Formats: sequence, structure tokens, C-alpha cells
Amino acid sequence: MKPFAYHQPDQIPDAAKLLTSIEDSKLVAGGMTLIPTLKQRLANPPALVDLSKLGSLKGITDGGATITIGAMTPHAVVAASKLVQTKIPGLAALASMIGDPAVRSRGTIGGSVANNDPAADYPAGVLGLGATIITSAREIAADKFFLGLFETALGPGEIITAIRFPVPLKAGYTKFKAPASRYALVGVFVAKFAEGVRVAVTGAGPGVFRVPPMEAALSSNFDPSAIAAIKIDTDGLTSDIHAEADYRAHLVTVMAKRAVDAALS
Amino acid sequence: MGNVIGIGAAPKRKEDQRFLTGRGNYVSDIKRPGMAAGVFVRSPHGHAVLRGIDKSAALAAPGVIAVLTGEDVKADGLGSLPCGWGISDAKGVPMKEPPFPMLAQGKVRFVGDMVAFVVAETPEQANVGAELLKIDYEVLPSVVGLLEAVRPNAPQLFDDVPNNICCDWELGDKAAVETAFRKAAHVAKLSLVNNRLIGNPMEPRAAIAEYEPGTDRFTLWTTSQFPHVVRFLMGALVLNIPQHKLRVVAPDVGGGFGVKQFHYGEEAVITWAAKRVRRPVKWVASRSEGYVSDRHGRDHVTEAELALDETGKFLAFRVNTLANMGGYLSTFGPNIPTNLYGPLLGGVYTTPAIYCNVKVVFTNTVPVDAYRGAGRPEATFVLERIVDVAASEMGIDRVEIRRRNMIPKEAYPYQTPVLVQYDSGDPMGCLDGALVAADVKNFGIRKAASASKGKFRGLGYSTYVEACGLAPSRFAGRLGARGGLYESATVRVHPTGQVTVMIGTHNHGQGHETTFAQIVSEKLGVAFENVDIVFGDTDRVQFGMGTYGSRSLVVGGAALSKATDKVIAKGKKIASHLLEAAEVDIQFEAGKFSVAGTDRSKTFEEIAGAAYVPHNYPLEVLEPGLEEQAYYDPVNFTYPGGCHIAEVEVDPETGTVTLVNYTAVDDVGTVINPMIVEGQLHGGIVQGVGQALFENAVYDEGSGQLLSGSLMDYCMPRADHLPMMKVETHSTLCTHTPMGVKGCGEVGTIGSPAAVINAVVDALSHLGVTHVDMPATPNRIWRLLQNASLPVAAE
Ligand SMILES: Cc1cc2nc3c(=O)[nH]c(=O)nc-3n(C[C@H](O)[C@H](O)[C@H](O)COP(=O)(O)OP(=O)(O)OC[C@H]3O[C@@H](n4cnc5c(N)ncnc54)[C@H](O)[C@@H]3O)c2cc1C
Repeated sequence: MKPFAYHQPDQIPDAAKLLTSIEDSKLVAGGMTLIPTLKQRLANPPALVDLSKLGSLKGITDGGATITIGAMTPHAVVAASKLVQTKIPGLAALASMIGDPAVRSRGTIGGSVANNDPAADYPAGVLGLGATIITSAREIAADKFFLGLFETALGPGEIITAIRFPVPLKAGYTKFKAPASRYALVGVFVAKFAEGVRVAVTGAGPGVFRVPPMEAALSSNFDPSAIAAIKIDTDGLTSDIHAEADYRAHLVTVMAKRAVDAALS
Repeated sequence: MGNVIGIGAAPKRKEDQRFLTGRGNYVSDIKRPGMAAGVFVRSPHGHAVLRGIDKSAALAAPGVIAVLTGEDVKADGLGSLPCGWGISDAKGVPMKEPPFPMLAQGKVRFVGDMVAFVVAETPEQANVGAELLKIDYEVLPSVVGLLEAVRPNAPQLFDDVPNNICCDWELGDKAAVETAFRKAAHVAKLSLVNNRLIGNPMEPRAAIAEYEPGTDRFTLWTTSQFPHVVRFLMGALVLNIPQHKLRVVAPDVGGGFGVKQFHYGEEAVITWAAKRVRRPVKWVASRSEGYVSDRHGRDHVTEAELALDETGKFLAFRVNTLANMGGYLSTFGPNIPTNLYGPLLGGVYTTPAIYCNVKVVFTNTVPVDAYRGAGRPEATFVLERIVDVAASEMGIDRVEIRRRNMIPKEAYPYQTPVLVQYDSGDPMGCLDGALVAADVKNFGIRKAASASKGKFRGLGYSTYVEACGLAPSRFAGRLGARGGLYESATVRVHPTGQVTVMIGTHNHGQGHETTFAQIVSEKLGVAFENVDIVFGDTDRVQFGMGTYGSRSLVVGGAALSKATDKVIAKGKKIASHLLEAAEVDIQFEAGKFSVAGTDRSKTFEEIAGAAYVPHNYPLEVLEPGLEEQAYYDPVNFTYPGGCHIAEVEVDPETGTVTLVNYTAVDDVGTVINPMIVEGQLHGGIVQGVGQALFENAVYDEGSGQLLSGSLMDYCMPRADHLPMMKVETHSTLCTHTPMGVKGCGEVGTIGSPAAVINAVVDALSHLGVTHVDMPATPNRIWRLLQNASLPVAAE
């Protein structure tokens, strides 16, 4: 790990200012993704801006038709939240499937969404539920936020402060864990709203994506059988030493069916 | 005072007190005054000409003390890393043995090959220095696959090793095998790959070296399974340091599995560097560094054929294997896929003719060497898989075909056609025991229950034997070993009767401090807590070959037993004097020397006291003191074995294989501590299951990059992958080891891969699946099912 300056601001504007004024500086949330890259000397930021003193970034609030989760809320807190478990059990389940206990205790929803790892779980939940990403500067709809491999709509110095989830009628998440990393080899989030169904897939390609044919089929019949015959095009899906693209495509259908099952149970 | 805890008892492990309370003493815990930090710079290319290294920027960096390269090694006239075995082909032509320089010279041959060593005040400064080295590589195409490496136009690693073939080795009677195949009623054939593995001990490798100018002595602390062998290989053959000027210490070591039983270039470089910079130097590998430098295991491509008569009797077995050596020959490298492979192809069967050809091949990968089981899991896998293939092709039940060919208990000692003679065993007894323990009788019910959930259930057998207790020096010498394979122990009885044992094996998880103490406690009648076992320090322990090949108890324990017998013999002489009786009338039992037929006796402590305070002592005929040493070189290997039964459930929708039951009934000879045996079996089985279902070291052909170079990409088995295991023993006693022990360190890893894969194939056999390569990953199973065009039912 190369030496770096360390800042712990207690106001969001201060944090944003540090971030824009120190070139190449980085925010650190749980550090679960960032610290290993520093240790491997893959990243060399001159300064880290730690978000842990920004109390307003923590916690989960009930907005009636929405739930808002502060960016610094660790996965374990979301998984154990009675509010999330009651209103969006699929989201609590998703959080409980991330990594291991240590990672869930440190890793945060803001860090995960900002990082947009192609195999991360939260992006599927955020896109599947059509959530809104609230930043230090604006609000961004999930459909406009994830721009592909580790790319997001976040601008320079922009800090995610919270994520607002609409409460669905039903929702479920199923994840086929990559054998070694236990990230999603394929993860599918399915959410049913009065206005229709959203299906979001992570792990299968370079970034989280929706599956319109499945959404249409499930909107008319919210049952696994409705999508059993829908095959995903293998074009653009990932092939690596863990899984070939056609296997990933197959798993999308299997996981989607199981996610619907999970949503119904 | 505590109690005698002897053979067959299961005390908690002595060493766990310090391990579980964080008081172990590992190499990375050690700090020496004035210690500097070292970092190895490794090749990022699989194959390249090393055109030059510009050190200037690195040397100018703050804190950098020295930068050493292959040119410096050459200038100092140092040797290359020795190979401990020299095998030959059928005509007696020795293997090709290109030099393995401790820092690359002229060329790099695998990603991770060491190019330079940077020493600095701190690890961070050494890393910065390493980044500032300007290394000029001319990148060449790499070859990593066995089939690719032996092709005529493949990239050549060494100019004088045509087709990258190090040795074309064979064993057995080729003509007899051919004759038998001509007469066969059926020939079963099988092509398979034995996947490359990475050992991943919990503690990464590390070393500290120090030079004392005052005494001209070196000390190397290293994560090794065999410090004396490192002292010999490195001191005598690489660095030209006299043995008495070199101390090698392997303190607590966090797991080895073979990975730490080689002499590594890092050890030689750091020891050499310590003298050059006149500072102690420390290096601790990162996990990532371990992936590209710890010796890998397995990696075979095999074609096998089994000839049978019409009743399913095995007539002959023919095996052709390509075995990967990686970029250079490691310490035991060429021995593993030859001498530890071919002789095991007889298994527990009466196959009269066996022929095996192994082409040992260089590739642009990390050198391949022993990994738990070493050669024997590979042999067992080929044999136990093809037995299943033959059974299914001939329509004979898999258990029945094994029974028809098994060596009956009465036939031991049994001479196989592939060198080894089994002294004892009862494979049928293990099989019968396992059938009951695994509740095979009710398997049909369980299979139907799985089917009702849309899952396929399968059962797999592996009835196997292995050769371990790596030993007989004479035998090994004939096979090409360049060293001996005995073991030594010293039993030092203190004046107060407590005992310190110095032994040449090395404990890195096996529980020797407990097992060996039990042996001494039993034999001398001293309290278990009054026995300490010392190992891992060439200044404290007389000599030793170390721990690998399930040899510690079998060879080291035997040496200990012999040394203990000598203590008793001397004690009897002392007692005969003190008790004024003839020596032949002195009996030793339960810690007491007594005169037969009388109530006159002396305790063990009294005898020890007399030996050190020899006021009334037969000084004319006996030296004072009570300390004895023994070396033991066995007459044969030992042959543990048994029957493993795996039960799996396959989810056809995702291809996921779940191991649902596992049963092992093993013959490990005398059991000293049943808890430790069970633990060794558990660990061994888990590593075999890892190979069968999860682990795979994958290289990119062409670039030679390791694609599975981290725990995120290389799947280690985890607790939630495993069922509770049923582990039982069905022991026959070894006829030639002093205590009848056979060893249990590797049996689990040797028996299990075949059992698991046979179960997977069984689960899928109704779809026409006849073989699955390891690891049986979900993707691979799904692909097989696609090809079998399985109609997957919608949920
Ligand atoms: C062993 C292991 C297993 C894991 N398994 C999984 C898994 O199964 N599924 C999964 O989804 N994830 C997994 N993860 C990742 C884990 O969820 C991480 O915690 C998460 O990706 C990043 O969160 P963090 O809080 O640690 O972020 P950090 O590592 O602190 O930061 C990550 C990146 O996001 C930026 N960032 C952080 N917070 C903000 C913010 N509020 N606004 C803008 N940018 C920000 C940082 O600058 C950095 O670039 C695993 C991680 C590990 C180490």
C-alpha cells in the first residue's frame, strides 16, 4: 500500500470539496473493495476521504410507499432490518447473500452501487426495483445510473448519500453464486408493481441489465411458467473460466424463475 | 503429576493450546535486530528472453539497500536449484535436467519466475524499488497445455530439450500386456485429465535469513516441511555453505500439503542476500505471490485401457500419461508422476500385467511437484474410474467387479507386477464395512426421493491402496532418489524423568506433538504432559528428512520407538546395578524397573536421577546420562488403503453437484490417536473433494497467464460444501513397522476424487454420461446434459 493522506470530514459539502480539490482522491466507505486495490498497489490515490463520520449517510427510513437507505448503511444492517424485511423482503434477502459476515458488516450499499461491479448484487436490486440514487448534487433514476462495467452516472466529486426504493407488491432475488468468489455468477431481481414487472440481471454481462421480454410476460402472468421458455441472447454475455456465455444465459432463465418463486413465497 | 496417555487414546492436541490462543510462532512473527525487507520481482510473462535489467533507478530510491539479479548469482558462482530425483527412460537415458537458476538467467519460463530481489529498509521501500526496475523482456509465445507442448512446432522452453520432453519413462512388462490385450474379451478405454491444483496452505511462504560475521554462520528461518533437507540442498549444492555454518529453522508452519517440502529459490536468494547486505532480511509472500510461485500439483492427461476376460477379471492394464513439470524441475518433480504413480496402478486388484508410460513435459507454468497424495491420487483416479467404465460396459455391478478382482486377505504379502509388494491389507473387509456404514442397501430409496424433487442422485466407490511412509532408501535409490529416506529421533531423559524428543519430521498441522508424546508416554510410562517434542531446527535436532508422503509416524515414529527401546535397555542396565540383580532379570513395565519375581523395583525417575548423579552407578561399564538416538530406514513402504463411498445429488437445471453423504472405511494400521486420524481423514477427503468438484488452476495458452490466480477465482472447498462425514477404520497391522502403523496423512486425498466422480457419473449414467472431468463444475455438468439433450422439465 502506498502512502496517502487521510481525511474524515463531518459535513457532506466538505467531503465533496476535498474530493474535487485533491486530484485523484478517493472516497472510502466500507473499504471492502477499495482497500484490497490499494494493497495490491492497483490504485494509488494521494488522499482518501472517509465517509464514516457523515452521520446523515447512515440508517434506514420509512417513507410509506418508499424506503430510503443511507449510503453508509452496511449490508448486514439492511439484511437484519425489520422494516426492509417486512416491506421489501427480496432486498433484505439480497443483502444477506452478499459476501461473508465480515464483508456484510463493513461493506455499504453506497460503496457497492458506486462501484458497480458487474457481479455485485445491489445493482440488480436497485435496477430491479427502479430505485432512485440520491447524491450530494441531484437524484438519478436507476435506469440512468448504471452505465456498464464499473461505470456510473456519478460525476466528479459526486457522493451518493442515499438510495430510495419504491415498495413493490412483490419482489424476489435469486443468486447463483460464483463458486470461488461467491459474487453473482448470475443474479436476478424480480419486482412486481401495480404498473408492471421489472426484471434486472447481474453477473451475466458487463453490467446490470433489464430483460424486457420477461418483464412483459410476467406483467401479464406473474408465475415462473410465464418465463420458462424465454431464452436470453448470449451476445454480449460474459464468458470466463467460471462460466461460458450460453451457460450464463441459461442460468438467467433458471434464476428468474426461482426469483419469481421467491417473490411469491 | 499427570497421567500416562498412551497408544489408542484421544487426548486433545498439545499444540492447539498455543495455536488457538494466538501464541504460535510463525516465520512472519519473527523479528531480528536491524532486519531489512526483501521483495521478489517476478516475471509477468510466461516465456520471454531476459535482455537486461537496469537497476539504477531502483538503487537510487529511498531506503533501497541492494538489488540482486541472475547476473549477480552468476558472478558469485552459485549453483542452480537441485532436483532430488534423477529418473531415466527405458533405455537408461537420464532425464533432461536443465539448470534452474535461483534468479532467472537469460530467459524467464513462467509467470512468477524470479527475476530480481530488492532489499530495502521497509517492505514499502522495497516495493517502490521493485517498481523502478527497468526490465527488458523479449516476449515469446508460451505453451502451457500438455498436448500443445509436445506438438512438433510448440514453443521450446530449452534449446536442448526437444519437444519439451524431460523424460519418456516407463514401467511394467509391455509385451505381456500386449499379449493379454489380444486375448481380452473386453477392453475398456478412458481418456481423462487430472486437473492442476494449487495447495493454498493457510500460511503463505516466508523466510528470514541472517549472517553473523563473528562466527561466519548463517541462520535461515523458513516455512519448510524439511529444514535439514533445505540445509543440505541449499548449503551443499547451491550456496556452498558448509553444513556446520548453516542453521535452518522451520518454526510453527501453518500447513504445507507438499507446497513447503521443496527447496525454493527464495530461500537461497535471501540467505545469499543476508551476507551481501550484512543485515537480516525478511520476505513474506502475499497470497497472490503464492499462486504464481508455490509449486502446483497434479496436471496429467491420460489414456488408459483395461483388458478383461468374459467374467470381468482384469487381464492387463495399460496407461499412457503426459505429466506437466512446469518451467523447471522442482525438488521432487520428476519422481511424482513416475515412481509415485506407476507402482500404484495395481490398486487392490490382482491384475497380472501392467504397463505404464509417462512423458514428463516442460511447459511455461509454475513447476509442478508433490501435493498431498502426490502421484497416488492420480493413479487411483485412473484405475478406479476405468473399473467403473468397464463394469458399466460389461453390465457387471460396480461392487461385484471389484470383488471379483480384489486381492484376498489371505494372499498378503502380495507382489504386484509394478515393483511394490503389499505387506498386509484387507480391501474386501474395508469394502464390506463401507457398504454397511454408507447404508448402500437403502440408496434406492434416497435416489427415488431425489428424483421426486427433480434431482439425480448417484453413488460412487473407490477401493484403493496407496504406498506411503516414504522411505526405503535402498528402494528409492534404485528408482533415482539422490538422497536417503530414513528418519531419526533422539530421546533425552532429563535427571528428573521428564523427556524431550528431538525428531527429524516436521509438525505443521498433523498433531505430532501429541501423537509422538503418546508413544513415549506409553512406552516409558511417563506422564503425557512430561514429554515435549522438538522439531524444525537443525541446531537442535540431529538430522531428518522431514514430513511428507505420510512418513512422520511410519518412519519418524518408528525411529522414536527404537530410540525409546534403547532408553529402556540402558535403564535396565542401570537398574540391574542399583537392584543388584542380573540384567536379564530386570523387567520394565508401567514406568517401573523391577526384578522379576520380587517386589524390588526402581521408578523411571529414580533411574534417570542415577544416570545423572552417578554416585552409585556402574561407571566401569556404562556412561552416565540417559539419552538415546535411533535412525530408522524401513524395509518397505506401508500400504494404507480402504473404501470410500460418495453420494451426490445433481441439480439438472443448474448443473450443481452437491455432495450429500461421504463414508470412508480405511486401513491405516495401528491407530495411535483416533481423533487425529479422523481429523487427517477429514482434511484429506476435503482436499480430494476440492479436486473433484471445485479446484482448477487454469492458464491462458499463448500468454501463459494464470487465470485462476486468487481465491476469488480458484475455488477452495468450504465447510458448507460438505456433509458430515462417516470415517471408520478397519485395520490390519503393517508387518514391518515397529508399531504396525501405516500412516494416514494422505489416504483421504487419494481415495476421494475417484469416489466423488464415480458418484457424479452414476447420477448421470441414465443419460449416457460415461465420464466427467474434474472439477465437475456446474457449467461442465450442464454442458454434458446439453450434449445428452436432456429434456429439462419446467418448474
Ligand atoms: C471477500 C469479499 C466478498 C464480496 N462478496 C460480494 C458479493 O457476494 N456480492 C456483492 O455485491 N459484493 C461483494 N463484495 C463487495 C462488497 O459488497 C463491497 O463492500 C462493496 O462492493 C463496496 O462497498 P464498500 O462500502 O466496501 O466500498 P469501498 O470499498 O469503500 O468503496 C468502493 C468504491 O466506491 C466508492 N464509494 C464508496 N462510497 C461511495 C459513496 N457514498 N458515493 C460515491 N462513491 C462511493 C469508493 O470511492 C470506491 O471507489 C465482496 C467483497 C469482498 C471483499
